[in-house]
Amino acid sequence: MSLRNTARALPTLLRVGLAEAVAYRAEMFVWVLATTMPLVMLALWTAVAREGGGGALGRYGQSGFTAYFLSAFIVRQLTGCWAFYEMNVDVRQGTLGMRLLRPVHPLAAYTVENIAAVPMRALVSLPAALVALAVLQPRGLTRDPALWALWTASLLGAWSITLFVNLAVGCSAFFIEQSLKLMDLWLVLYFVLSGYTIPIDLFSPRVQSLVDWLPFRYQLGFPVAIMTGALGRQEAAALLIRQWAWVAATAGVTAVLWRRGIARFGAHGG
Amino acid sequence: MTSILRVRALRKEFAVHERPPGVAAALRSMLHREYKKIIAVDGIDLDIQPGERVGFLGPNGAGKTTALKIFSGLLHPTSGEVLVDGHEPRRREDAFLKKIMLVLGQKQQLLWDLPPSETFELNRAVYDVPRAQYEATMRELTALLGLEDLVKRPSRTLSLGERMKCELAAALVHRPRVLFLDEPTIGLDVSMQATVRDFVKRYNEQHGATLLLTSHYMEDVAQLCPRVIVIDRGAILYDGALGDLVTRIRPDRRIVLRFSRPVAESDLAALATVVRHSAGESVLQVPKEAVNAVVGRALANLPVSDLTVQSPPLEEVMSELFARNRPRAATGEAPP
Repeated sequence: MSLRNTARALPTLLRVGLAEAVAYRAEMFVWVLATTMPLVMLALWTAVAREGGGGALGRYGQSGFTAYFLSAFIVRQLTGCWAFYEMNVDVRQGTLGMRLLRPVHPLAAYTVENIAAVPMRALVSLPAALVALAVLQPRGLTRDPALWALWTASLLGAWSITLFVNLAVGCSAFFIEQSLKLMDLWLVLYFVLSGYTIPIDLFSPRVQSLVDWLPFRYQLGFPVAIMTGALGRQEAAALLIRQWAWVAATAGVTAVLWRRGIARFGAHGG
Repeated sequence: MTSILRVRALRKEFAVHERPPGVAAALRSMLHREYKKIIAVDGIDLDIQPGERVGFLGPNGAGKTTALKIFSGLLHPTSGEVLVDGHEPRRREDAFLKKIMLVLGQKQQLLWDLPPSETFELNRAVYDVPRAQYEATMRELTALLGLEDLVKRPSRTLSLGERMKCELAAALVHRPRVLFLDEPTIGLDVSMQATVRDFVKRYNEQHGATLLLTSHYMEDVAQLCPRVIVIDRGAILYDGALGDLVTRIRPDRRIVLRFSRPVAESDLAALATVVRHSAGESVLQVPKEAVNAVVGRALANLPVSDLTVQSPPLEEVMSELFARNRPRAATGEAPP
């Protein structure tokens, strides 16, 4: 299954993936609603700051929380991925076989399907977030072009980690029957440690230094921190290297699980 | 001629987890799992020539689908050799995948929420089919399968038969040279079965594609496959012409008699073994060499309005073949 074949088929794969995303419009809307947690957390943390913190918590005031959670919402929309679910169904029901019969690598196909859904998600969610940003005018967003360049790389890194974790969990369906539970476990950790529900810098310094070594922050909190100007250029660049090390690690784990899983699939059938 | 499918000493074993019923057994199995070795394919050899239409028959669990999945590269053999047009299927090279297709009657490749035309277009792209060839193929498939009104409706809204027609079309977008069909007519009504059969036969004749078909509908096999390979418990029981198999296993004939007035069963029993009897029609079973004599006596003594001589139904032939093989398999004797 050559890369050349996949590259040649890429425009059609993207177009069909987009058509599927559009076909699932009701599900897409529900998915967008399900990812509005940052907006809920915005209301919650703003209230906490107003009632208990004299209007601010740490470096976050009203505008700071607004900038943070709207940024988190945007990053979540652009990096979300549910490939694990589809892979799980394909492996357990044997429909992976139909993908294996095509001269395009199934992991490439899952990836392209995920990319194809991004414009639809962006179309639904980004206008709302951008209008909110314009109306609320949070002053916390960075204006440094170099940081925006680093943000772009960090967004790609965040998407890559999320994708590879999804594919790795999807591959676990080759070995265990309840692989979806693995993603539940991952999501619990993600919700707490990625900055999705609690800004990382509200944790104690000890927890923060632990979080720096875990992958969750690099899935969301890191790009958000760049967006909101919480990181300087040098610090952002250093963390970017750490993020891409996680990209490489999760890609490596996915590759190993896929190779072993597909050998098992070939031995046991689907 | 070089075989397009060459199989030598192919063996496939599965380790299947087994445990007795009950909570205690469930808890024990958490600590210690017991596996049983199942031999799905037991050292088979076969050669299929380009353009052949071959029926692959056997009871449930005989190893047919396992073999087809090995031939198409989805399963890896435990031992033995498989070559499809010179390719080792388990390697799943692009050149191999572009030459074959496996259609599983109970699994689908159509994109569920999109019209079949999207799957066709997707396959055009992934198989790198030139646009002109794709359009010609789709024109041909649309005409032969009557797809005009189907291709723009979401696949999920199509009936089973309509979906199978679209599955076949999707499978043939890249004009595979070797087509593995696993129960392609399962669940279809009689008229749709005939449509699918006619289409498959025409595709084989027009494009010289090789066809290996499994089906529990003997009519599929009788209509499509001059050659059959019968497999049971992973071993090949018979490989040859369908007619020869029938003659070998059931050399008797069926005489179907229709009467102008009711006839007593006792009058028929005097002629031969009565298989079925009703007021207007009866079926007799007679040894092949006695057919002329029995026909003569029936015409002379009974109010016969119509008479036909047939081979026994394929279903009965197959049942008898499998029944004969069971005790032989137990003792390790060679198949009939």
